[in-house]
Amino acid sequence: MRRIAATFALTLALAAPALAVQPDEMLDDPALEARARDISQNLRCLVCRNENIDESNADLARDLRLAVRERLMAGDSNAEAVEYLVDRYGEYVLLSPRADGSNLILWLAGPAMLLAGIGVAVIHIRRSRRTAEPEPLDEDEKARLSQLLRE
Amino acid sequence: MVIEFGHFALILGLILAVVQTVLPLAGASRGWRGWMAAGEPAATAQFFVLLLSFAALTYGFVTSDFSLRLVTANSHTAKPMLYKISGVWGNHEGSMLLWCLILAFYGALAAWFGGNLSPTLRARVLGVQGAISVAFLAFLIFTSNPFTRIDMPPMNGGDLNPLLQDPGLAFHPPFLYLGYVGLSMTFSFAVAALIEGRVDAAWGRWVRPWTLAAWMFLTVGIALGSWWAYYELGWGGFWFWDPVENASFMPWLISAALLHSAAVVEKRESLKSWTILLAILAFGFSLIGAFIVRSGVLTSVHAFANDPERGVFLLLITGLFMGGALTLYALRAASLQAKGVFSIASRESALVANNVLLSVACFVVFIGTVWPLVSEMIWDRKLSVGAPFFDAAFTPFMVALAAILPIGALMPWKRARMGRVMAPLKGALALSIAMGALVWVVQTGGSMLAPLGAVLASWLVLGTLIDLATRAGRGDLAGRARRLRNLPRADWGKSVAHAGFGVTLFGVCALTAWQVEDIRTARVGETFEVGTYAVTLADVDQGRGPNYETTMAVMRVTRGGKEVAVLHPEKRFYPVARMPTTEAAIDNGFLRDLYLVIGDPQPDGGWVVRTYIKPFANWIWAGCIIMALGGTLSLTDRRHRVAAGAARSPRGAVPAE
Repeated sequence: MRRIAATFALTLALAAPALAVQPDEMLDDPALEARARDISQNLRCLVCRNENIDESNADLARDLRLAVRERLMAGDSNAEAVEYLVDRYGEYVLLSPRADGSNLILWLAGPAMLLAGIGVAVIHIRRSRRTAEPEPLDEDEKARLSQLLRE
Repeated sequence: MVIEFGHFALILGLILAVVQTVLPLAGASRGWRGWMAAGEPAATAQFFVLLLSFAALTYGFVTSDFSLRLVTANSHTAKPMLYKISGVWGNHEGSMLLWCLILAFYGALAAWFGGNLSPTLRARVLGVQGAISVAFLAFLIFTSNPFTRIDMPPMNGGDLNPLLQDPGLAFHPPFLYLGYVGLSMTFSFAVAALIEGRVDAAWGRWVRPWTLAAWMFLTVGIALGSWWAYYELGWGGFWFWDPVENASFMPWLISAALLHSAAVVEKRESLKSWTILLAILAFGFSLIGAFIVRSGVLTSVHAFANDPERGVFLLLITGLFMGGALTLYALRAASLQAKGVFSIASRESALVANNVLLSVACFVVFIGTVWPLVSEMIWDRKLSVGAPFFDAAFTPFMVALAAILPIGALMPWKRARMGRVMAPLKGALALSIAMGALVWVVQTGGSMLAPLGAVLASWLVLGTLIDLATRAGRGDLAGRARRLRNLPRADWGKSVAHAGFGVTLFGVCALTAWQVEDIRTARVGETFEVGTYAVTLADVDQGRGPNYETTMAVMRVTRGGKEVAVLHPEKRFYPVARMPTTEAAIDNGFLRDLYLVIGDPQPDGGWVVRTYIKPFANWIWAGCIIMALGGTLSLTDRRHRVAAGAARSPRGAVPAE
């Protein structure tokens, strides 16, 4: 029951009236603001269910959005601003996990499977051709073929 | 009384499902005809009792019978009738009953239209289908019974989640379930064929329509969900790579692959064991999807809050059916002899490439979805995998798929000469690249996404047209038209579906690349410019709906002094559920959507207003509808309806294409 209540609270947070980025948060410099939006879309709202902070309505997401903008105003690069948040909230805040350590498995799984798939397919097609060379057409089939071609 | 009747019918359904499993399977292995024949009446009866049971629950919702726990939790007397009915499946228990009903429906269809299957194969298909029913009915009755009563019925209910009170979402789950559960049919066919130890062209022909139907329903269901997210969530996102979305997307990808490989089995009697494996996995992903949605193991925006007991039960079902089927597969797959031999350059190879790309794409989605869980369990590394990962890791596969599609579609079976395949496509290729260049020039640099989308979409659509033109042959117009008319519906379906894929791809790329967004505070009467449009916040009113309170804005949009639209974005509050929602106002257009959202009042007397121009947004869902139409066309092909050829020798079943 507590679990259900918690979910309900999260659903509420999800649909709370304040909608994502608010006008009062936005930076005056459009270039800086565009960078902030770009960064926000890759950061997770920690209390939400799989939402980035740019779309989230939660208060925490707003805090994070403001933090990103503060860092950018202070002259941080995009990477530095992200690093600042990772230092405080952990790797969990990144929606695109870093390609290091065990995460290499995640990133390389697709390409590796593709290569394996292509390899297996090519070997399979080659082998099946070797084991079963198509028989040449016999006289009946040749006659039928020329008849079909005439039609 | 009606409710108890429905409850009783549900239990009867479980008993009938047991009969449908045991008798035909035992009969088929012993060769007892009477036992085998029991499958059909059992399947029919099971469908009808579950239909009664579902009708009883619907009756409970429609009459607002608050002595039912489920109705109390999910309904309210003031709720509009449509949502009283859709509320039946807007919750875990009811949606599970719908799932079981559809499962029985497919079983009954197999019983009714299975006349030209061999008696043992039909008995085994029905038996396996019955076993799936047993598992899910047991799950429903023992862990999630929708007919539970309350001692002291309250005066009114807790209402359905307002986000779900929407026509798009009323029909989203039934379509998805028709798709998910449709794959149980291909699973049953695969397992039955493994038990029989026989997979031939007739099997391929039998499995294709079921796969096609399931894939079509999944396409429509996913499109409905995505469309709903677009207009309901308030900022026009159409895909979030949420675990639950992925749960529906994985079976879609695998069933798309299965659709193509089953064609190879049917036409060329090759790729048999691979096709069987896909058929098993496709349903496997449906089961995994059910587990993801209903266990709450992975956090997702789709809040089907549930207790772990249900998750464990579903995991058991998944493990049982996948474990059993894959063991059977490991034992029997080697005995499936491929007949058709093909060269590296051939339509078969192109379809293998399609299968590799779709399966690997599905694998990427799968590993991305479960990675947070795996990473935390094994390395104690708590992390998130979200949209940026999937965009980067998944997109290349779709690009590659679109790139090879028109070439593969034109290739002949067995052996192709690349020069001859490419010759008619050269024009299309040149034109597509020109389209991409044009788009790139028009947008003056910027993101490469839109040009790429333009190239791929033109390539797909032009490739389809060239395919059709080639099939029409040479000669006078009348002759070409006649040949086109006489093309099998399946070929038309293929062309239409492929073109639809192009349309969707273009919509996704264009919307992502060219969206214009404007967020600001506006006072009533104020006019502001967004892109080439002028937007005026004319008025903001308070009002009441049937079961909500609303703040509604009147916004006028003009372009060059001419009025384009008057839109009414709303902010609603549902007092019973104590939940606010945003209702964006959208002016739908062929080339763009205007998307307006009203936000909160500001201290200075203004309102937060969001304006989006969403280019080619509707192309995304139009493409999905076109894909589904292609599927429907293919499904009406007489080769599927008149499966008379199914019993003929495999040689006779290979059409001269």
